[in-house]
Amino acid sequence: MSEKITIEPVTRIAGHGKISIFLDDRQQVEDAKFHVTEYRGFEKFCEGRPLAKMAGVIGHVCGICPVSHILSTAKAIEKIQGITIPDPAKKLRRLLNLAQIIQSHSLSFFYLCSPDLLLGWDTPPENRNLFNVIKSDHRDLAVGGIKLRQLGQEITELVAGRKVNPPGIIPGGIKSPLSRENRDKIGDRIPESLNYAQKTLDTFKSLLDSHSKEVNIFGNFPSLFMGLLGEDDTWEHYEGKIRVIDTQGNIIVDSFSEDNYQDFIGETVEPGTYLKFPYYKPQGYPEGNYRVGPLARLNLCEKIGTPRADRELLEYRDRAGTRYVTSSFYFHYARLIEIVACLEKIQKLLEDPEIISENTRIKVAKGKIDRLNAVGVSEAPRGILFHDYQTDAESKVKKLNLLIATGQNVLSMNKTIAQIAREYIDGPEIPETILNRIEAGIRIFDPCLGCSTHAMGQMPLHVRLCDRNGKIVKEIWRD
Amino acid sequence: MSVKTLTINGELISARAGDTILQAAKDNGIYIPTLCHLEGLSDIGACRMCMVEVEGINKLLSACVTEVAEGMVVATNTEKLKEYRRMNMELIFAEGNHTCAVCVANSNCELQDTAVAVGMEHTRFSYRFPDRGVDLSHPQFGIDRNRCILCTRCVRVCDEIEGAHVWDIANRGEEAEIVSGLNQPWGEVDACTACGKCVNACPTGAISYKGSSVAVMQRDRGRIPFLAAAREKQQWTR
Repeated sequence: MSEKITIEPVTRIAGHGKISIFLDDRQQVEDAKFHVTEYRGFEKFCEGRPLAKMAGVIGHVCGICPVSHILSTAKAIEKIQGITIPDPAKKLRRLLNLAQIIQSHSLSFFYLCSPDLLLGWDTPPENRNLFNVIKSDHRDLAVGGIKLRQLGQEITELVAGRKVNPPGIIPGGIKSPLSRENRDKIGDRIPESLNYAQKTLDTFKSLLDSHSKEVNIFGNFPSLFMGLLGEDDTWEHYEGKIRVIDTQGNIIVDSFSEDNYQDFIGETVEPGTYLKFPYYKPQGYPEGNYRVGPLARLNLCEKIGTPRADRELLEYRDRAGTRYVTSSFYFHYARLIEIVACLEKIQKLLEDPEIISENTRIKVAKGKIDRLNAVGVSEAPRGILFHDYQTDAESKVKKLNLLIATGQNVLSMNKTIAQIAREYIDGPEIPETILNRIEAGIRIFDPCLGCSTHAMGQMPLHVRLCDRNGKIVKEIWRD
Repeated sequence: MSVKTLTINGELISARAGDTILQAAKDNGIYIPTLCHLEGLSDIGACRMCMVEVEGINKLLSACVTEVAEGMVVATNTEKLKEYRRMNMELIFAEGNHTCAVCVANSNCELQDTAVAVGMEHTRFSYRFPDRGVDLSHPQFGIDRNRCILCTRCVRVCDEIEGAHVWDIANRGEEAEIVSGLNQPWGEVDACTACGKCVNACPTGAISYKGSSVAVMQRDRGRIPFLAAAREKQQWTR
């Protein structure tokens, strides 16, 4: 047991990573890569475990978005067992996923990213944190962010029994119904939360003008976008069709079944990182780079389906000057709009009398198996999430493949930090404040390394400058 | 019925001749932690949780298999016992794969409760992470040997109450494990009557109803003592 106490994450991302920047002969940035160098092996140690228990196991892959993981797994198990869950259970699951998107987006924007945006890139590192945002003129905004995250967590607890790794989501539905009292408790907090979210959105919009450089260089490039879509191409997060579009909005593939995801998504590995690199298979690697998450979801959908969020969506596209936004800096903006959307959608769900129905689960015959493999899909806060299960006849897990949003965005993250590095780095001397901008290029994707690589251990972010031959020219550590 | 008088923790108590120290303590409201003991089954003193100190005897004795004697002076809760029980519990945890967070029995588990009762907060020994199998071949039940503490309650309940004797312990030492039907997959054991007594007897998440998810396993803990009493005293209602 180590006696050293380390407070992490120091670098304001959910996990630990490092960045390598490669210089060419003229000492100019040639490429940049984001590495995660630790491994957890979640997929491997699930092999041989009883399938029925996986809903209780899988949430532990991530403390930030366990709900989406449990949903994807529960959906896969339900397919394997050949069961359909009752409608009220579906609604409660939607409520849970929306709540999780709120809390995860709040964590990303307020806790991890807002110090850069509100206090400035060049603020001394020791002051770039939420506490100093609270001390600044933006106190109300920071407090609102904390309350939004709290709301998301509390909804999870009220509906599914616990804030983190909620045990209430089970194959067959939701363990226990939502009480009238708890429904009202949630409902009472929505108007105040909408105000917080709206105020933050307004502040962010006012910041956009002074961040036009960031908009241009923080991961601004064409790519494909992938995500779930509801009926009439509405914003969706629980079930729907999977669509891939390009930067012009051309539909590359539509309504592919998640069970056939391997026909469309390939995965490859690169040296130096435990992240896998998914890519759109028909276009090959690395050309088939696609982005997932808030930016992709807002590019894919025609509308969100709630009044306030739809208004914001129009303004978002207007400000970007394009229907299909390519700048990854807009991830922040998209996240804030999604918070508003989730709050409105929760409000709508709570008005539905079925949300407090007692009919929230169906009992599954013991050991029932309809098929031996299935893929469950949902939209996690960071993007579309696939869980691919293969079982044996006794319903033990034979193979598990988790296709995580952060992994799917990693090619874009590399491109983003390369773009930022090229802009700011000239030769092997890295100005101190540039480090933060490069890190921020990673932060806009809100990567969650815990589930995408199963990272563990303690590894602060560090930047490495390498020459053509891979020789390290300079290293800067942030610990 | 002859009566023996003894002292437990400085308190003078009387017990029936032939009673164990555990029984006598229980009758007098004195708590001694147990794991392998289950009311209605024979006792084997396997888990060593119920160790007590008896004056004049140099070693620690298992309360579940030591009969009371006239004038016996017993201590159940000394510092030495507390330390030994805690260490014993730590060894049990380090030996198997007792991952409460993903276990069916979480919050309905005798191992967990006893660990809390003896004040175990962590284990000072390194976990061994043995690679043990899961058998889901039975249509109704499953056994996850990772959670097994070899208490043999399943072995005894199947043999003594159900009379089917499906379970045994195979191998020795660290490789010892519970097997069904002389080491066949549980689902292929003809002797199994699918009565579910082993499920109710299991103190941990090792034997569970198939399809149960994490922390949902509820057991009928009173069922085995009831069956034993029913048979013995011909009381067939609960």
